[in-house]
Amino acid sequence: MTEETRTETKPRKNAFVLFIHKLGSPPWFYGFAGKLIPWLWLIFGVLAAWGLYLGLVKAPTDYLQGESYRIIYIHVPSAWMSWMIYAVMAGLGFINLVWRIRITEILAMSSAPIGAAFTLVALASGSLWGRPTWGTYWVWDARLTSELVLLFLYLGVIGLYNAIDEPRKAARAACLLALVGVVNLPIIHFSVKWWNTLHQPSSISFTSGSSSIDPSMLWPLLIMATAVKFYYGASLLARARVKLLEQDKRKTWAKNVIREGS
Amino acid sequence: MSTGQATGSMGRAFIALLRRDLLLAFRRRTELLFPIIFLLVVVSLFPLGIGPSMELLARISPGVIWIAALLSTVISLDAMFRSDFEDGTLEQFVISGHPLTLIALAKILTHWLVAGLPIVLLTPLLAIWMNLPEGTLGVILLTLLLGTPVLSLIGSIGVGLTISLKRGGQLLSLLVFPLYVPILIIATAAVMAAADSLPYTQFLGLQTAGLIVTLTLAPFATAAALKISLS
Repeated sequence: MTEETRTETKPRKNAFVLFIHKLGSPPWFYGFAGKLIPWLWLIFGVLAAWGLYLGLVKAPTDYLQGESYRIIYIHVPSAWMSWMIYAVMAGLGFINLVWRIRITEILAMSSAPIGAAFTLVALASGSLWGRPTWGTYWVWDARLTSELVLLFLYLGVIGLYNAIDEPRKAARAACLLALVGVVNLPIIHFSVKWWNTLHQPSSISFTSGSSSIDPSMLWPLLIMATAVKFYYGASLLARARVKLLEQDKRKTWAKNVIREGS
Repeated sequence: MSTGQATGSMGRAFIALLRRDLLLAFRRRTELLFPIIFLLVVVSLFPLGIGPSMELLARISPGVIWIAALLSTVISLDAMFRSDFEDGTLEQFVISGHPLTLIALAKILTHWLVAGLPIVLLTPLLAIWMNLPEGTLGVILLTLLLGTPVLSLIGSIGVGLTISLKRGGQLLSLLVFPLYVPILIIATAAVMAAADSLPYTQFLGLQTAGLIVTLTLAPFATAAALKISLS
């Protein structure tokens, strides 16, 4: 009698909490991510095509840097993403260490190679831009240097994850390392920045309101910055699905998926 | 058990562990000497590699001494928990009921005493070899005194994460060197400022802040890392 009343008075989970709980289940996540990925690719494709058209064709030539400035449409979004993904990875790592939700460790560990790739793109495009602008491929300027240290931090996380055989233990160790890294990142960033203050100041500032870049050049940049976020989403979910399937290959749901898929 | 007694037993465990580890370290004297010899060799390679010009050596001396200190620390880090991990003592520590953070702190202190302090003590010799600018020996000693404990503290997290790996040492250097970047920058900046007779106390202040922050946080991170490695 008392038990019945208890079940009646138990509050129903609201839709959002229910959705979050469902995401924690590997089969449900696998299916949901599979449905989401094509849309993310589509949005990325449209935005990237639009942003690159505006940036590479429509935007006027810079009177100081000529055509070479157009590399910012790749370089700046990649650099932004490289920092953002590290923060996302550390955030997921924190959730994983505290609540041991398996999906978060899969997502955190799938983020690391994407973040490292963005860091590499930012470094490579930065040095390609540096050749005509500074006259050399590499200078030890503050942002390139902290980007390089960031790459080392990513490689550390990936290296640790791959070095430990047991995947769950490896993910927890790598998540802790990511967390230690994210505490250090601001310190690294500011110490490197202060170490070398030669670089031109940041052109885009969201705090002051006025920015020194022309709207016709700024819009493609913002569109590209949005586009790469969808790329990250699609790439992340695709990687997470593969990782889940690989880890669960002996479980029934994964066997069913593999049988139906092939 | 009252909290006073608990604190007392924690303190006793800390002292006992420290004494045991120091004793063990001094029983293995050759192992103790390797990082120190390594430090001397690394520093002596620089004049051989770039030429014996005293002006050039004086300019790069703070950086060389500090980089050698980083390398020597990383060489010695792996020994921090290695033997205790391999013979199962570390697991006994975990189930002993004493907080793992305290045990980690004792290990870190031991590591600093046997690997960090010798670097500080050898620096006057290195300063002569590298023709360190006059009047900056005191400053570099201070930066090392404040900085080498931070190297041990941050390094211990890396050791905790890699201890279950057979060849953890190679990975360890990749994990900790990026985290050492701010220490290297600030410490060498202090020495260079002193060499140019500019004020340098602000750098020492930053280093002290870094030491306090890592001393507060790193033992907890190391304990968490050890728990993951032992799971």
